[in-house]
Amino acid sequence: MKARIHVKLKPGVLDPQGKAIGNALRSLGFTGIDEVRQGKLIELDLADTDPQSARARVEAMCRTLLANPVIEDYAIELG
Amino acid sequence: MNTAVVIFPGSNRERDLCLALKRATGRDPLCVWHRDSELPSVDLIVLPGGFAYGDYLRCGAMAAHSPIMREVKARAERGTPVLGICNGFQVLTEAGLLPGALLTNRTLNFICRDVHLRVETNQTIFTCGYAAGQTIRVPVAHHDGNYTADEATLDELEDRGLVAFRYCNAAGEIDDDANVNGSAHAIAGIFNRGRTVLGLMPHPEDATDPLMGCGTDGSALFAGLVGALQ
Amino acid sequence: MNNTGTNVTPALAAEMGLTADEFARAEAILGRTPNLTELGIFSAMWSEHCSYKSSKVWLKTLPTTGPQVICGPGENAGVVDIGDGDAVVFKIESHNHPSFIEPYQGAATGVGGILRDVFTMGARPIAILDALRFGSPDHPKTRHLVAGVVAGIGGYGNCVGVPTVGGECQFHPAYNGNILVNAMCVGLARADRIFYSAAAGPGNLVIYVGAKTGRDGIHGATMASAEFGADADAKRPTVQVGDPFTEKLLIEACLELMQGNAIVAIQDMGAAGLTSSAVEMAGKGGLGIELDLDRVPVREAGMSAYEIMLSESQERMLMILAPGSAAEARRVFDKWELDFAVIGRVTETGRLVLHMRGAVAADIPVGPLVGEAPLYQRPWRPTPPQPDIDAATLPARDPRDCLSKLIACPDLASKRWVWQQYDQLVLGNTVQRPGGDAAVVRVGDGLKALALCTDSTPRYCRADPERGGAQAVAESWRNLTAVGATPLALTDNMNFGNPERPEIMGQFVGAIAGMRAACTALDYPVVSGNVSLYNETSGDGILPTPVIGGVGLLADLRRAVDLGLKRDGNALLLIGETIGHLGASLYLREIEGRETGPPPAVDLAAERRHGDFVRARIAEGDVAACHDVADGGLLVAVAEMAMAGGRGIALDPPPAAMPAHAWWFGEDQARYLVETGDPEALIAAARQAGIPVRRIGIVGGAALTLPGANAISVAQLISANEGWLPGYMAQA
Repeated sequence: MKARIHVKLKPGVLDPQGKAIGNALRSLGFTGIDEVRQGKLIELDLADTDPQSARARVEAMCRTLLANPVIEDYAIELG
Repeated sequence: MNTAVVIFPGSNRERDLCLALKRATGRDPLCVWHRDSELPSVDLIVLPGGFAYGDYLRCGAMAAHSPIMREVKARAERGTPVLGICNGFQVLTEAGLLPGALLTNRTLNFICRDVHLRVETNQTIFTCGYAAGQTIRVPVAHHDGNYTADEATLDELEDRGLVAFRYCNAAGEIDDDANVNGSAHAIAGIFNRGRTVLGLMPHPEDATDPLMGCGTDGSALFAGLVGALQ
Repeated sequence: MNNTGTNVTPALAAEMGLTADEFARAEAILGRTPNLTELGIFSAMWSEHCSYKSSKVWLKTLPTTGPQVICGPGENAGVVDIGDGDAVVFKIESHNHPSFIEPYQGAATGVGGILRDVFTMGARPIAILDALRFGSPDHPKTRHLVAGVVAGIGGYGNCVGVPTVGGECQFHPAYNGNILVNAMCVGLARADRIFYSAAAGPGNLVIYVGAKTGRDGIHGATMASAEFGADADAKRPTVQVGDPFTEKLLIEACLELMQGNAIVAIQDMGAAGLTSSAVEMAGKGGLGIELDLDRVPVREAGMSAYEIMLSESQERMLMILAPGSAAEARRVFDKWELDFAVIGRVTETGRLVLHMRGAVAADIPVGPLVGEAPLYQRPWRPTPPQPDIDAATLPARDPRDCLSKLIACPDLASKRWVWQQYDQLVLGNTVQRPGGDAAVVRVGDGLKALALCTDSTPRYCRADPERGGAQAVAESWRNLTAVGATPLALTDNMNFGNPERPEIMGQFVGAIAGMRAACTALDYPVVSGNVSLYNETSGDGILPTPVIGGVGLLADLRRAVDLGLKRDGNALLLIGETIGHLGASLYLREIEGRETGPPPAVDLAAERRHGDFVRARIAEGDVAACHDVADGGLLVAVAEMAMAGGRGIALDPPPAAMPAHAWWFGEDQARYLVETGDPEALIAAARQAGIPVRRIGIVGGAALTLPGANAISVAQLISANEGWLPGYMAQA
């Protein structure tokens, strides 16, 4: 089973990289961009077969290590 | 005074730190490897700068979960002073020993240069070698030193006087140009509530040797610790 | 044997860079047609990069010995004695093409590669320098390349924890299609604990340590081969990705294992990866090596012998272990969490034999592969001399305006924006940071220090390669002298265009001749180096750029001086003769818009005399600040001293016999500016030694004052000098 974890900065936390990307896009002539937020994607190959227990395990991984709750939110996709 | 320096794979400023500690205490610090789960009894634990575990997930995140950090946390909770410099500060926030987090510098670049710091309080074991409000000059060398925390945390840091150092200009004034990495409230270093844990981004250990090119304004931090802990 | 002869034709060999003659020679060595893996090995080992086939006959003419030299060119890095049982180990290497393709990773892996060359020898890396050359600032790619290269160098060096203490960064349209990224690493070792690459002891184990092998950087020319099928492109990223964290672990693990006697020989896997490391170790030892490729740690399944042998994955080392040392090696590499595998053994056969999946994948006699590598005496044509420039025919201009323009031009503008992105301080031994003539780095925790610099003046080399080659060496020697150091030895990075063009080969031959003369006259031997040819896009070659990486020794770092003016009332003296040479000068290029004329003459006897005099005065403590006079001439050098010291100076009038612009901006060689509190004594000493000396001003105030009341504030100079690069990089 694969787990895809999207980690991004919480709303309101300054994201200088996202800001720089937005500026670059605008300078290239792309219009209508309000805000850019940059995050990361972590893919796990899991031995689990039960989605429920897999989700619980990945939740624990996120809380312990993969995301920093002070500044980051995460979302888990199983598939 | 006995000190321990925790070495993670990827630590790289342990040599600078050990030289500074030896200069101040007269003896070599004990270097403890990250996989050790036992920490000998010491008067001060220091986490050095570098890129622990490559800083690959987030700066300090993986180091914060290494075996030795459980022991560091336990000691800190029992009152042993802990100093985290640069990557060490990042590790302390990730380990929950200090509040907040360190984001990428607002310039998005690594920055290595001398900065001025204002000493916010000298009523601590770490800063007693300085005068309150004193301006000192020490180098920074980091990519992720942009301190952030939620408003409640920042308020608490301010209300309880837990800000140790702020970035300032040569005249000691806090201005945005002097805020080298964009930190909230120009924060360069903070204490825990008990003021027994200090994390800071700048490198006082690199400003302790009169023969090197960075001045000696960092010496008073180490000398102060020796005075307070011996 | 796999694939014997199938699909291997002279045409395929040609695609992989072997000429028909070279392919025939390979067939003769084997007595049969090589298989694909063998062809890959021949092609890699006989490439310009590994064999130095166009340059070797000339490189051999450079002086490489001296009482201080422990190991000259031919090993991973040069080794020089610095007394007390200490040795300095250093080398410079280019990563030009990869940095143009992918600036961040190209530059990062360039740093990684040169670090490995140094710690492979048993030395702890203590400093990095980078000589960078970019295209015109107006070229659309330049900004992106500068940003990426600088971030890549910093990203790697900062993480491994080796300070970047110096280098150069210049711009010229000739580099628009071929930037130069030359990285130099300096390390420290005990003189009796140097590790070499020659294999020894048949039966000894060959071990692999470090990152796993992937399909990175495999020679692009082979992609078209039918052998790999149509999806070859997708499989084979040619960009190598660096992992400084693994490198840091490798440094610590290798240096830890080197404390004992486990390692018989060691070689890093650089260009051509496992192929060149195994062949070089066997070749130098006069022995054979047998490898079991199934045991090589790989990142992807299904890699062929060809791919494993030609991969340029980073952060990998090959070692030969002493009998009974495998357990000790395993303990150390486990501690540092590095992949480690026994992949073969040393044999007496003199052959490189590769096994894979139960078959022999390659079997090549190493002696002929190395010893019969092609060597070319390429035709060359000398560069025609340039007519002289008569300074009197150039218009008179306000020197103040010219100075402001010059110190803000891309080549002279402050490079603070660059080096502030490098950790210059880690390890706690940086005495003098970037921005001066040479960086100064302490040795251990004593009083000894090394002075380090990189230098080249490509516009001189293009106008007259021989003078340019001599000047590059002389300037390097002068920069070390200017901080008070005794120059010890150098490493060279020869960056040129296509050697198959006689005029380019002529530049190479000329530069070597000039370097040879200067190295000999200054007792400044070449102990390591690298050649980068074919820096050319659609027939446009780069400026000939022989970069000199210099290393000097200071017995007492407390005696080191820098270039910042120190004290009001001190005198500034000019050592050396000024004739006002403006040919090939920055003044001519930046102010008059002309890149013409011959470079200044290089009088090596005068260089030696003046340098030895200045160094002795510095050692005596008679000198408060010192700076060599180079790009931009006298007034630029004075301004640099004023800016560094944050202090003004009132200048004396120029001699009447010379046009003012020739005096202020001529680039005559063998000159130094020295600040002193006792000018009479210093002038008398110089006169007694027969050395031209002249007072040119008195330190003081906050402005640089030219005779005739033309003043320009130091703050204004600083703002012009510091402003250009950040301003340029901030433009989207």
